[in-house]
Amino acid sequence: MVKVTVCIGSSCHLKGSRQVVEELQYLINKNDLGESVDLGGTFCMGRCGENGVSVTVDGDYYAVKPESVLDFFNDVIVKKVK
Amino acid sequence: MTTNKDQRKFDTKVQYLQYKVLREVARGALNDNLLENITDIPKTIIPGNVPTMRCCVYKERAIIAERVKLAMGGDRSNPNVIEVIEIACDDCPTGGYEVTNACRGCLAHRCEDVCRRNAISFDHQQKAHIDKNLCVECGQCAKVCPYSAIVSRRRPCENSCKVKAISMTDGKAACIDNNKCISCGACVYQCPFGAIIDKSFLLDVIDMMKKSKNNTAYKMYAVVAPSIASQFTYAKLGQVITGIKKLGFFSVVEAALGADMVAYKESAELVEKGFLTSSCCPAFVDYIRKQFPDLSSHISHNLSPMATIAKYIKETSSPCRVVFIGPCTAKKMEFQKPEVRPYIDSVITFEELQAFFDAAGVDITTLHEGVLDNASYFGRIFARSGGITDAVGQALKEQGLDKDFDYNPVTCDGIEACRTALLKKSKGVLPNNFIEGMACVNGCIGGAGCLTHGEKNKTEVDIYGRQAMEKSISDAISVLHLSSDDKKPDSSPAKNG
Repeated sequence: MVKVTVCIGSSCHLKGSRQVVEELQYLINKNDLGESVDLGGTFCMGRCGENGVSVTVDGDYYAVKPESVLDFFNDVIVKKVK
Repeated sequence: MTTNKDQRKFDTKVQYLQYKVLREVARGALNDNLLENITDIPKTIIPGNVPTMRCCVYKERAIIAERVKLAMGGDRSNPNVIEVIEIACDDCPTGGYEVTNACRGCLAHRCEDVCRRNAISFDHQQKAHIDKNLCVECGQCAKVCPYSAIVSRRRPCENSCKVKAISMTDGKAACIDNNKCISCGACVYQCPFGAIIDKSFLLDVIDMMKKSKNNTAYKMYAVVAPSIASQFTYAKLGQVITGIKKLGFFSVVEAALGADMVAYKESAELVEKGFLTSSCCPAFVDYIRKQFPDLSSHISHNLSPMATIAKYIKETSSPCRVVFIGPCTAKKMEFQKPEVRPYIDSVITFEELQAFFDAAGVDITTLHEGVLDNASYFGRIFARSGGITDAVGQALKEQGLDKDFDYNPVTCDGIEACRTALLKKSKGVLPNNFIEGMACVNGCIGGAGCLTHGEKNKTEVDIYGRQAMEKSISDAISVLHLSSDDKKPDSSPAKNG
Protein backbone atom coordinates (compact mmCIF):
# COMPACT_ATOMS: atom_id res chain seq x y z
CA MET A 1 0.00 0.00 0.00
CA VAL A 2 1.44 3.35 -1.06
CA LYS A 3 0.45 6.23 1.20
CA VAL A 4 -0.13 9.46 -0.71
CA THR A 5 -0.92 12.57 1.36
CA VAL A 6 -1.95 15.85 -0.23
CA CYS A 7 -1.71 19.10 1.70
CA ILE A 8 -5.07 20.87 1.89
CA GLY A 9 -3.92 23.81 4.02
CA SER A 10 -4.78 27.36 2.91
CA SER A 11 -1.62 27.98 0.91
CA CYS A 12 -1.79 24.71 -1.04
CA HIS A 13 -5.54 25.08 -1.45
CA LEU A 14 -4.93 28.35 -3.27
CA LYS A 15 -2.27 26.64 -5.42
CA GLY A 16 -4.83 24.05 -6.48
CA SER A 17 -4.87 21.15 -4.02
CA ARG A 18 -8.50 20.43 -4.90
CA GLN A 19 -7.58 19.92 -8.56
CA VAL A 20 -4.63 17.74 -7.52
CA VAL A 21 -6.82 15.61 -5.27
CA GLU A 22 -9.59 15.25 -7.84
CA GLU A 23 -7.19 14.33 -10.62
CA LEU A 24 -5.34 11.83 -8.45
CA GLN A 25 -8.65 10.26 -7.45
CA TYR A 26 -9.61 10.03 -11.10
CA LEU A 27 -6.27 8.52 -12.14
CA ILE A 28 -6.28 6.03 -9.29
CA ASN A 29 -9.75 4.83 -10.24
CA LYS A 30 -8.95 4.77 -13.96
CA ASN A 31 -5.85 2.67 -13.40
CA ASP A 32 -7.64 0.48 -10.90
CA LEU A 33 -5.15 1.26 -8.15
CA GLY A 34 -7.71 1.82 -5.39
CA GLU A 35 -6.42 -1.24 -3.53
CA SER A 36 -2.77 -0.23 -3.65
CA VAL A 37 -2.88 3.56 -3.12
CA ASP A 38 -4.17 5.15 0.07
CA LEU A 39 -4.95 8.80 -0.73
CA GLY A 40 -5.32 11.17 2.21
CA GLY A 41 -5.25 14.84 3.12
CA THR A 42 -3.60 16.87 5.85
CA PHE A 43 -3.58 20.50 6.90
CA CYS A 44 -0.20 22.06 6.15
CA MET A 45 3.16 20.37 5.77
CA GLY A 46 5.06 23.51 6.74
CA ARG A 47 6.40 24.06 3.21
CA CYS A 48 4.06 26.81 2.06
CA GLY A 49 6.87 28.53 0.14
CA GLU A 50 7.27 25.69 -2.40
CA ASN A 51 6.22 26.22 -6.00
CA GLY A 52 3.39 23.70 -6.08
CA VAL A 53 1.03 21.73 -3.90
CA SER A 54 2.78 19.73 -1.18
CA VAL A 55 2.37 15.97 -1.61
CA THR A 56 4.12 13.13 0.18
CA VAL A 57 4.42 9.59 -1.15
CA ASP A 58 5.37 7.18 1.63
CA GLY A 59 6.93 10.15 3.40
CA ASP A 60 8.96 11.46 0.41
CA TYR A 61 8.15 15.09 -0.39
CA TYR A 62 7.07 16.45 -3.80
CA ALA A 63 5.74 19.84 -4.92
CA VAL A 64 3.10 19.12 -7.57
CA LYS A 65 1.45 21.66 -9.84
CA PRO A 66 -2.16 20.96 -10.90
CA GLU A 67 -1.12 20.81 -14.56
CA SER A 68 1.59 18.22 -13.95
CA VAL A 69 -0.42 15.72 -11.91
CA LEU A 70 -0.44 13.15 -14.73
CA ASP A 71 3.38 13.14 -14.98
CA PHE A 72 3.68 12.96 -11.21
CA PHE A 73 1.22 10.07 -11.10
CA ASN A 74 3.08 8.09 -13.76
CA ASP A 75 6.63 8.94 -12.66
CA VAL A 76 6.21 8.59 -8.92
CA ILE A 77 3.06 6.80 -7.82
CA VAL A 78 2.79 4.15 -10.54
CA LYS A 79 6.51 3.33 -10.21
CA LYS A 80 6.20 3.06 -6.47
CA VAL A 81 3.24 0.68 -6.76
CA LYS A 82 5.21 -1.57 -9.13
CA MET B 1 2.16 54.56 26.23
CA THR B 2 -0.21 53.52 23.49
CA THR B 3 -3.28 53.55 25.70
CA ASN B 4 -5.55 55.30 23.25
CA LYS B 5 -4.51 53.05 20.42
CA ASP B 6 -5.05 49.96 22.59
CA GLN B 7 -8.45 51.10 23.66
CA ARG B 8 -9.68 51.51 20.13
CA LYS B 9 -9.61 47.77 19.76
CA PHE B 10 -12.42 47.31 22.28
CA ASP B 11 -16.03 48.38 22.62
CA THR B 12 -15.89 49.27 26.31
CA LYS B 13 -13.46 50.06 29.10
CA VAL B 14 -14.59 46.90 30.86
CA GLN B 15 -13.26 44.82 27.97
CA TYR B 16 -10.08 46.87 27.94
CA LEU B 17 -9.52 46.24 31.64
CA GLN B 18 -10.17 42.55 31.21
CA TYR B 19 -7.71 42.52 28.32
CA LYS B 20 -5.00 44.11 30.45
CA VAL B 21 -5.42 41.44 33.11
CA LEU B 22 -5.27 38.65 30.53
CA ARG B 23 -2.22 40.24 28.92
CA GLU B 24 -0.31 40.46 32.21
CA VAL B 25 -1.20 36.89 33.16
CA ALA B 26 -0.18 35.64 29.70
CA ARG B 27 3.05 37.62 29.85
CA GLY B 28 3.92 36.05 33.18
CA ALA B 29 3.21 32.59 31.80
CA LEU B 30 5.28 33.18 28.68
CA ASN B 31 8.20 34.50 30.75
CA ASP B 32 7.90 31.68 33.29
CA ASN B 33 7.56 34.15 36.16
CA LEU B 34 3.80 34.27 36.69
CA LEU B 35 3.85 32.82 40.18
CA GLU B 36 6.56 35.20 41.42
CA ASN B 37 4.82 38.24 39.94
CA ILE B 38 1.20 37.32 40.42
CA THR B 39 0.67 39.50 43.49
CA ASP B 40 2.15 42.48 41.64
CA ILE B 41 -0.35 42.37 38.76
CA PRO B 42 -3.04 44.46 40.53
CA LYS B 43 -0.49 47.18 41.23
CA THR B 44 0.86 47.03 37.67
CA ILE B 45 -2.64 47.65 36.32
CA ILE B 46 -3.72 50.15 39.00
CA PRO B 47 -0.43 52.01 39.61
CA GLY B 48 -1.44 55.36 41.10
CA ASN B 49 -3.12 56.47 44.32
CA VAL B 50 -6.14 58.05 42.67
CA PRO B 51 -9.06 55.71 42.07
CA THR B 52 -10.56 55.85 38.57
CA MET B 53 -13.24 53.18 38.81
CA ARG B 54 -14.19 52.44 42.43
CA CYS B 55 -14.12 54.04 45.87
CA CYS B 56 -10.38 53.54 46.37
CA VAL B 57 -7.39 51.96 44.66
CA TYR B 58 -7.38 49.16 47.23
CA LYS B 59 -10.79 47.97 46.17
CA GLU B 60 -9.78 48.37 42.54
CA ARG B 61 -6.73 46.20 43.15
CA ALA B 62 -8.72 43.64 45.12
CA ILE B 63 -11.05 43.29 42.14
CA ILE B 64 -8.09 42.96 39.77
CA ALA B 65 -6.80 40.14 41.97
CA GLU B 66 -10.14 38.38 41.44
CA ARG B 67 -9.89 38.99 37.69
CA VAL B 68 -6.43 37.43 37.73
CA LYS B 69 -7.92 34.27 39.25
CA LEU B 70 -10.47 34.07 36.44
CA ALA B 71 -7.79 34.74 33.85
CA MET B 72 -5.97 31.72 35.29
CA GLY B 73 -8.97 29.45 34.90
CA GLY B 74 -11.20 30.54 37.78
CA ASP B 75 -12.93 28.27 40.25
CA ARG B 76 -12.34 24.76 38.93
CA SER B 77 -15.01 23.37 41.24
CA ASN B 78 -17.65 25.46 39.46
CA PRO B 79 -18.59 23.69 36.23
CA ASN B 80 -19.91 26.90 34.66
CA VAL B 81 -17.48 28.91 32.51
CA ILE B 82 -19.26 32.14 33.47
CA GLU B 83 -18.60 33.45 36.98
CA VAL B 84 -19.61 36.42 39.10
CA ILE B 85 -16.91 38.43 40.85
CA GLU B 86 -18.92 39.25 43.95
CA ILE B 87 -16.87 42.21 45.11
CA ALA B 88 -17.01 43.74 41.62
CA CYS B 89 -20.81 43.58 41.55
CA ASP B 90 -22.14 47.05 42.30
CA ASP B 91 -25.40 45.67 43.73
CA CYS B 92 -27.43 47.63 41.18
CA PRO B 93 -31.00 48.56 42.13
CA THR B 94 -33.55 45.90 41.33
CA GLY B 95 -36.79 47.79 41.81
CA GLY B 96 -38.34 46.95 38.45
CA TYR B 97 -40.69 49.54 36.92
CA GLU B 98 -40.71 52.84 38.79
CA VAL B 99 -42.30 56.22 38.24
CA THR B 100 -39.67 58.96 38.10
CA ASN B 101 -40.10 62.63 38.88
CA ALA B 102 -40.66 63.22 35.17
CA CYS B 103 -44.30 62.29 35.87
CA ARG B 104 -46.27 65.51 35.40
CA GLY B 105 -49.52 64.35 36.87
CA CYS B 106 -51.34 64.57 33.56
CA LEU B 107 -55.04 64.05 32.98
CA ALA B 108 -54.90 61.27 30.44
CA HIS B 109 -53.64 58.55 32.80
CA ARG B 110 -52.72 56.27 29.94
CA CYS B 111 -50.61 54.27 32.38
CA GLU B 112 -53.65 53.50 34.50
CA ASP B 113 -55.77 52.50 31.50
CA VAL B 114 -53.20 50.13 30.07
CA CYS B 115 -52.40 48.39 33.37
CA ARG B 116 -54.34 45.15 33.50
CA ARG B 117 -53.47 44.55 37.13
CA ASN B 118 -54.77 47.86 38.46
CA ALA B 119 -51.34 48.46 39.96
CA ILE B 120 -51.31 52.18 39.25
CA SER B 121 -52.80 54.75 41.57
CA PHE B 122 -52.44 58.54 41.88
CA ASP B 123 -51.60 60.83 44.76
CA HIS B 124 -53.19 64.23 45.48
CA GLN B 125 -50.92 65.83 42.86
CA GLN B 126 -52.15 63.31 40.25
CA LYS B 127 -48.69 61.74 40.14
CA ALA B 128 -48.64 58.01 39.39
CA HIS B 129 -47.47 55.31 41.80
CA ILE B 130 -46.96 51.61 41.13
CA ASP B 131 -48.13 49.06 43.69
CA LYS B 132 -45.27 46.56 43.72
CA ASN B 133 -47.53 43.87 45.14
CA LEU B 134 -49.74 43.99 42.05
CA CYS B 135 -47.21 44.88 39.31
CA VAL B 136 -46.05 42.01 37.09
CA GLU B 137 -43.37 44.07 35.32
CA CYS B 138 -45.07 43.89 31.93
CA GLY B 139 -43.80 47.36 31.03
CA GLN B 140 -46.94 48.53 29.24
CA CYS B 141 -47.20 51.68 31.39
CA ALA B 142 -43.66 52.68 30.45
CA LYS B 143 -44.50 52.25 26.78
CA VAL B 144 -47.56 54.49 26.82
CA CYS B 145 -46.33 57.33 29.07
CA PRO B 146 -45.98 60.43 26.85
CA TYR B 147 -43.23 61.78 29.12
CA SER B 148 -41.22 58.52 29.33
CA ALA B 149 -41.61 59.01 33.06
CA ILE B 150 -41.75 55.30 33.89
CA VAL B 151 -38.47 53.41 33.72
CA SER B 152 -37.33 49.90 34.38
CA ARG B 153 -34.80 49.56 37.16
CA ARG B 154 -33.89 46.03 36.20
CA ARG B 155 -30.27 45.16 36.52
CA PRO B 156 -28.39 45.09 33.21
CA CYS B 157 -27.30 41.51 33.89
CA GLU B 158 -30.83 40.30 34.59
CA ASN B 159 -32.09 42.24 31.63
CA SER B 160 -29.53 40.68 29.31
CA CYS B 161 -30.17 37.17 30.60
CA LYS B 162 -33.04 35.94 28.46
CA VAL B 163 -33.00 32.50 30.09
CA LYS B 164 -33.59 34.11 33.51
CA ALA B 165 -30.59 32.46 35.12
CA ILE B 166 -29.53 35.52 37.10
CA SER B 167 -30.93 36.38 40.50
CA MET B 168 -29.66 38.10 43.62
CA THR B 169 -27.85 36.65 46.62
CA ASP B 170 -28.73 37.72 50.18
CA GLY B 171 -25.81 40.12 49.91
CA LYS B 172 -27.47 41.61 46.79
CA ALA B 173 -24.71 40.47 44.43
CA ALA B 174 -25.68 38.77 41.18
CA CYS B 175 -25.88 35.00 41.26
CA ILE B 176 -26.04 32.56 38.32
CA ASP B 177 -28.23 29.47 38.32
CA ASN B 178 -26.08 26.89 36.54
CA ASN B 179 -29.13 24.76 35.80
CA LYS B 180 -30.52 27.53 33.61
CA CYS B 181 -27.36 29.27 32.36
CA ILE B 182 -26.40 28.45 28.76
CA SER B 183 -23.02 30.26 28.95
CA CYS B 184 -23.93 32.60 26.09
CA GLY B 185 -22.04 35.46 27.74
CA ALA B 186 -24.74 38.10 27.26
CA CYS B 187 -24.34 39.18 30.91
CA VAL B 188 -20.56 39.27 30.53
CA TYR B 189 -20.89 41.80 27.75
CA GLN B 190 -23.71 43.77 29.36
CA CYS B 191 -22.54 44.18 32.98
CA PRO B 192 -21.30 47.79 33.14
CA PHE B 193 -19.03 46.96 36.08
CA GLY B 194 -17.39 43.94 34.52
CA ALA B 195 -18.54 41.81 37.43
CA ILE B 196 -19.44 38.78 35.35
CA ILE B 197 -16.57 37.22 33.46
CA ASP B 198 -15.89 34.13 31.40
CA LYS B 199 -13.10 31.94 32.71
CA SER B 200 -10.00 31.90 30.58
CA PHE B 201 -8.12 28.84 29.38
CA LEU B 202 -5.32 30.93 27.93
CA LEU B 203 -2.80 29.48 30.39
CA ASP B 204 -3.69 25.96 29.23
CA VAL B 205 -3.00 27.05 25.65
CA ILE B 206 0.35 28.61 26.57
CA ASP B 207 1.28 25.47 28.46
CA MET B 208 0.35 23.29 25.47
CA MET B 209 2.34 25.60 23.24
CA LYS B 210 5.47 25.24 25.38
CA LYS B 211 5.18 21.47 25.57
CA SER B 212 4.80 21.22 21.81
CA LYS B 213 8.48 22.27 21.64
CA ASN B 214 8.04 24.31 18.47
CA ASN B 215 5.57 21.85 17.00
CA THR B 216 7.98 18.91 17.28
CA ALA B 217 6.36 16.96 20.13
CA TYR B 218 2.98 17.53 18.48
CA LYS B 219 1.57 20.16 16.15
CA MET B 220 -0.55 23.04 17.38
CA TYR B 221 -3.54 23.83 15.17
CA ALA B 222 -5.65 26.95 15.51
CA VAL B 223 -9.22 26.66 14.25
CA VAL B 224 -10.60 30.17 13.76
CA ALA B 225 -14.25 31.15 13.61
CA PRO B 226 -15.39 33.00 10.49
CA SER B 227 -16.47 35.99 12.58
CA ILE B 228 -12.75 36.81 12.75
CA ALA B 229 -13.35 38.71 9.50
CA SER B 230 -15.14 41.41 11.49
CA GLN B 231 -12.47 41.59 14.19
CA PHE B 232 -8.94 43.03 14.46
CA THR B 233 -10.07 45.74 12.07
CA TYR B 234 -6.90 47.74 12.71
CA ALA B 235 -4.97 45.14 10.70
CA LYS B 236 -5.49 42.88 7.68
CA LEU B 237 -6.94 39.41 8.19
CA GLY B 238 -3.81 37.93 6.61
CA GLN B 239 -1.71 39.68 9.25
CA VAL B 240 -3.84 38.15 12.00
CA ILE B 241 -3.17 34.72 10.49
CA THR B 242 0.58 35.35 10.39
CA GLY B 243 0.33 36.63 13.98
CA ILE B 244 -1.35 33.42 15.15
CA LYS B 245 1.48 31.42 13.59
CA LYS B 246 4.03 33.72 15.23
CA LEU B 247 2.53 32.77 18.58
CA GLY B 248 3.63 29.23 17.84
CA PHE B 249 0.72 27.62 16.01
CA PHE B 250 1.78 25.28 13.23
CA SER B 251 -1.21 26.04 11.06
CA VAL B 252 -4.48 27.96 11.01
CA VAL B 253 -7.64 26.31 9.66
CA GLU B 254 -11.06 27.81 9.07
CA ALA B 255 -13.88 26.55 11.27
CA ALA B 256 -15.97 27.56 8.26
CA LEU B 257 -14.79 24.42 6.46
CA GLY B 258 -16.36 22.49 9.33
CA ALA B 259 -19.47 24.59 8.66
CA ASP B 260 -19.45 23.46 5.03
CA MET B 261 -19.25 19.85 6.21
CA VAL B 262 -22.06 20.40 8.71
CA ALA B 263 -24.33 22.11 6.15
CA TYR B 264 -23.82 19.19 3.78
CA LYS B 265 -24.70 16.55 6.36
CA GLU B 266 -27.35 18.57 8.14
CA SER B 267 -29.33 19.05 4.94
CA ALA B 268 -29.37 15.29 4.33
CA GLU B 269 -30.42 14.73 7.95
CA LEU B 270 -33.19 17.30 7.54
CA VAL B 271 -34.67 15.48 4.54
CA GLU B 272 -34.45 12.17 6.36
CA LYS B 273 -36.09 13.39 9.58
CA GLY B 274 -38.43 16.06 8.22
CA PHE B 275 -37.71 18.51 11.03
CA LEU B 276 -34.46 19.70 12.57
CA THR B 277 -32.91 22.36 14.77
CA SER B 278 -29.36 23.51 14.03
CA SER B 279 -26.39 22.16 15.96
CA CYS B 280 -23.72 24.84 15.63
CA CYS B 281 -24.56 27.27 18.44
CA PRO B 282 -23.74 25.51 21.73
CA ALA B 283 -25.82 27.96 23.76
CA PHE B 284 -28.89 27.31 21.58
CA VAL B 285 -28.39 23.55 21.85
CA ASP B 286 -27.99 23.86 25.62
CA TYR B 287 -31.12 26.03 25.77
CA ILE B 288 -33.22 23.35 24.06
CA ARG B 289 -31.86 20.65 26.37
CA LYS B 290 -32.58 22.73 29.48
CA GLN B 291 -35.85 24.46 28.61
CA PHE B 292 -37.42 22.30 25.90
CA PRO B 293 -36.20 18.78 26.70
CA ASP B 294 -39.07 17.26 24.69
CA LEU B 295 -37.64 18.85 21.56
CA SER B 296 -34.07 17.70 22.13
CA SER B 297 -34.60 14.69 19.84
CA HIS B 298 -34.90 17.17 16.97
CA ILE B 299 -31.45 18.68 17.51
CA SER B 300 -29.23 17.84 14.56
CA HIS B 301 -26.95 14.92 15.43
CA ASN B 302 -24.01 16.60 13.76
CA LEU B 303 -21.18 17.93 15.84
CA SER B 304 -20.73 21.70 15.60
CA PRO B 305 -18.51 23.09 12.81
CA MET B 306 -15.72 23.62 15.37
CA ALA B 307 -15.79 20.00 16.50
CA THR B 308 -16.33 18.63 12.98
CA ILE B 309 -13.23 20.24 11.49
CA ALA B 310 -11.19 19.48 14.62
CA LYS B 311 -12.17 15.80 14.33
CA TYR B 312 -10.88 15.79 10.76
CA ILE B 313 -7.61 17.42 11.83
CA LYS B 314 -7.11 14.92 14.65
CA GLU B 315 -7.79 12.01 12.31
CA THR B 316 -5.42 13.17 9.58
CA SER B 317 -2.68 15.11 11.30
CA SER B 318 -2.01 13.54 14.70
CA PRO B 319 -0.18 13.94 16.99
CA CYS B 320 -1.63 17.39 17.37
CA ARG B 321 -3.54 19.77 19.65
CA VAL B 322 -6.45 21.84 18.37
CA VAL B 323 -7.36 25.22 19.86
CA PHE B 324 -10.52 27.02 18.80
CA ILE B 325 -10.33 30.81 18.57
CA GLY B 326 -13.70 32.53 18.34
CA PRO B 327 -16.22 35.06 19.59
CA CYS B 328 -17.97 32.66 21.91
CA THR B 329 -18.04 31.98 25.64
CA ALA B 330 -20.39 29.01 25.20
CA LYS B 331 -17.73 27.21 23.13
CA LYS B 332 -15.73 27.08 26.37
CA MET B 333 -18.58 25.00 27.75
CA GLU B 334 -19.07 22.96 24.57
CA PHE B 335 -15.48 21.74 24.27
CA GLN B 336 -15.67 20.15 27.71
CA LYS B 337 -18.55 17.89 26.68
CA PRO B 338 -17.50 14.25 26.33
CA GLU B 339 -18.45 14.10 22.63
CA VAL B 340 -16.26 17.12 21.78
CA ARG B 341 -13.37 16.80 24.26
CA PRO B 342 -11.39 14.30 22.15
CA TYR B 343 -11.17 16.80 19.29
CA ILE B 344 -10.85 20.23 20.86
CA ASP B 345 -8.08 20.78 23.40
CA SER B 346 -8.92 24.34 24.39
CA VAL B 347 -10.94 27.42 23.49
CA ILE B 348 -10.00 31.09 23.63
CA THR B 349 -11.86 34.21 22.50
CA PHE B 350 -10.74 37.02 20.19
CA GLU B 351 -10.36 39.13 23.32
CA GLU B 352 -7.92 36.58 24.70
CA LEU B 353 -6.11 36.31 21.37
CA GLN B 354 -5.48 40.06 21.46
CA ALA B 355 -4.03 39.71 24.96
CA PHE B 356 -1.89 36.79 23.77
CA PHE B 357 -0.53 38.83 20.84
CA ASP B 358 0.45 41.72 23.06
CA ALA B 359 1.89 39.54 25.82
CA ALA B 360 4.09 37.83 23.24
CA GLY B 361 5.09 41.17 21.71
CA VAL B 362 3.50 40.30 18.36
CA ASP B 363 2.44 43.52 16.62
CA ILE B 364 0.27 42.16 13.83
CA THR B 365 0.24 45.47 11.93
CA THR B 366 3.92 44.94 11.07
CA LEU B 367 3.56 41.39 9.75
CA HIS B 368 3.22 40.14 6.17
CA GLU B 369 -0.18 38.88 5.11
CA GLY B 370 -0.60 35.13 5.42
CA VAL B 371 -3.35 33.23 3.67
CA LEU B 372 -6.51 31.63 5.03
CA ASP B 373 -8.63 29.83 2.49
CA ASN B 374 -10.25 26.48 3.22
CA ALA B 375 -13.99 27.04 3.16
CA SER B 376 -16.68 28.19 0.75
CA TYR B 377 -18.78 31.34 0.87
CA PHE B 378 -21.52 29.37 2.59
CA GLY B 379 -19.31 28.03 5.37
CA ARG B 380 -18.02 31.51 6.06
CA ILE B 381 -21.40 33.20 6.39
CA PHE B 382 -22.26 30.90 9.33
CA ALA B 383 -20.80 33.77 11.36
CA ARG B 384 -23.90 35.87 10.95
CA SER B 385 -27.60 35.25 11.39
CA GLY B 386 -29.16 33.67 8.31
CA GLY B 387 -25.94 31.98 7.23
CA ILE B 388 -26.87 28.44 8.26
CA THR B 389 -30.28 28.84 6.65
CA ASP B 390 -28.65 29.83 3.34
CA ALA B 391 -25.99 27.12 3.58
CA VAL B 392 -28.45 24.31 4.30
CA GLY B 393 -30.62 25.51 1.38
CA GLN B 394 -27.57 25.50 -0.86
CA ALA B 395 -26.49 22.03 0.33
CA LEU B 396 -29.98 20.68 -0.43
CA LYS B 397 -29.65 22.05 -3.96
CA GLU B 398 -26.13 20.74 -4.48
CA GLN B 399 -27.21 17.25 -3.44
CA GLY B 400 -30.36 17.41 -5.54
CA LEU B 401 -32.47 17.02 -2.44
CA ASP B 402 -34.52 20.16 -3.00
CA LYS B 403 -36.75 18.58 -5.64
CA ASP B 404 -38.91 16.48 -3.35
CA PHE B 405 -38.38 18.40 -0.15
CA ASP B 406 -40.04 21.70 0.62
CA TYR B 407 -37.41 23.57 2.64
CA ASN B 408 -39.10 26.02 4.99
CA PRO B 409 -36.56 27.44 7.45
CA VAL B 410 -36.98 29.98 10.23
CA THR B 411 -33.98 32.08 11.21
CA CYS B 412 -33.75 33.01 14.90
CA ASP B 413 -31.07 35.21 16.41
CA GLY B 414 -31.17 36.02 20.10
CA ILE B 415 -32.68 33.70 22.69
CA GLU B 416 -36.05 35.47 22.61
CA ALA B 417 -36.52 34.69 18.92
CA CYS B 418 -35.34 31.12 19.52
CA ARG B 419 -37.80 30.75 22.37
CA THR B 420 -40.72 31.94 20.22
CA ALA B 421 -39.96 29.35 17.52
CA LEU B 422 -39.39 26.55 20.03
CA LEU B 423 -42.61 27.38 21.89
CA LYS B 424 -44.56 27.23 18.65
CA LYS B 425 -42.94 23.92 17.81
CA SER B 426 -43.78 22.47 21.20
CA LYS B 427 -47.42 23.53 20.70
CA GLY B 428 -47.43 22.02 17.22
CA VAL B 429 -48.10 25.32 15.44
CA LEU B 430 -44.71 26.05 13.86
CA PRO B 431 -45.10 26.00 10.06
CA ASN B 432 -41.35 25.65 9.47
CA ASN B 433 -39.27 22.49 9.21
CA PHE B 434 -35.85 23.89 10.12
CA ILE B 435 -34.89 26.20 12.98
CA GLU B 436 -31.62 28.07 12.70
CA GLY B 437 -30.92 29.04 16.29
CA MET B 438 -28.25 31.48 17.43
CA ALA B 439 -28.19 32.63 21.05
CA CYS B 440 -26.54 35.94 20.22
CA VAL B 441 -28.38 38.73 18.43
CA ASN B 442 -27.01 38.97 14.85
CA GLY B 443 -25.36 35.56 15.29
CA CYS B 444 -21.72 34.88 16.20
CA ILE B 445 -20.63 38.40 15.24
CA GLY B 446 -22.62 39.49 18.31
CA GLY B 447 -20.70 37.09 20.56
CA ALA B 448 -19.46 38.17 23.98
CA GLY B 449 -15.85 37.34 23.12
CA CYS B 450 -15.72 39.72 20.16
CA LEU B 451 -13.46 42.74 20.51
CA THR B 452 -15.98 44.94 18.72
CA HIS B 453 -19.66 44.66 17.92
CA GLY B 454 -20.13 47.12 15.08
CA GLU B 455 -22.81 47.86 12.53
CA LYS B 456 -20.47 46.88 9.71
CA ASN B 457 -19.60 43.45 11.05
CA LYS B 458 -22.20 41.62 8.96
CA THR B 459 -20.93 43.32 5.81
CA GLU B 460 -17.36 42.35 6.72
CA VAL B 461 -18.39 38.71 7.05
CA ASP B 462 -20.23 38.78 3.71
CA ILE B 463 -17.22 40.33 1.97
CA TYR B 464 -14.96 37.69 3.50
CA GLY B 465 -17.44 35.04 2.34
CA ARG B 466 -17.31 36.26 -1.23
CA GLN B 467 -13.50 36.20 -1.17
CA ALA B 468 -13.47 32.41 -0.68
CA MET B 469 -11.91 30.63 -3.62
CA GLU B 470 -14.46 27.82 -3.52
CA LYS B 471 -17.93 28.95 -4.50
CA SER B 472 -19.87 25.81 -3.63
CA ILE B 473 -20.07 23.64 -0.53
CA SER B 474 -19.38 20.47 -2.54
CA ASP B 475 -16.18 21.93 -3.95
CA ALA B 476 -14.96 23.07 -0.54
CA ILE B 477 -15.48 19.67 1.05
CA SER B 478 -14.43 17.52 -1.91
CA VAL B 479 -10.86 17.36 -0.61
CA LEU B 480 -12.14 15.98 2.67
CA HIS B 481 -13.87 12.93 1.28
CA LEU B 482 -10.49 11.30 1.52
CA SER B 483 -10.72 11.12 5.26
CA SER B 484 -11.02 7.75 6.93
CA ASP B 485 -14.34 8.84 8.43
CA ASP B 486 -16.02 9.09 5.07
CA LYS B 487 -14.83 5.70 3.99
CA LYS B 488 -17.04 4.12 6.62
CA PRO B 489 -20.24 2.74 5.14
CA ASP B 490 -22.55 4.61 7.54
CA SER B 491 -21.37 8.02 6.47
CA SER B 492 -23.12 10.32 4.03
CA PRO B 493 -22.62 9.61 0.35
CA ALA B 494 -19.60 11.24 -1.25
CA LYS B 495 -20.00 13.80 -3.96
CA ASN B 496 -20.40 12.47 -7.47
CA GLY B 497 -17.34 12.46 -9.69
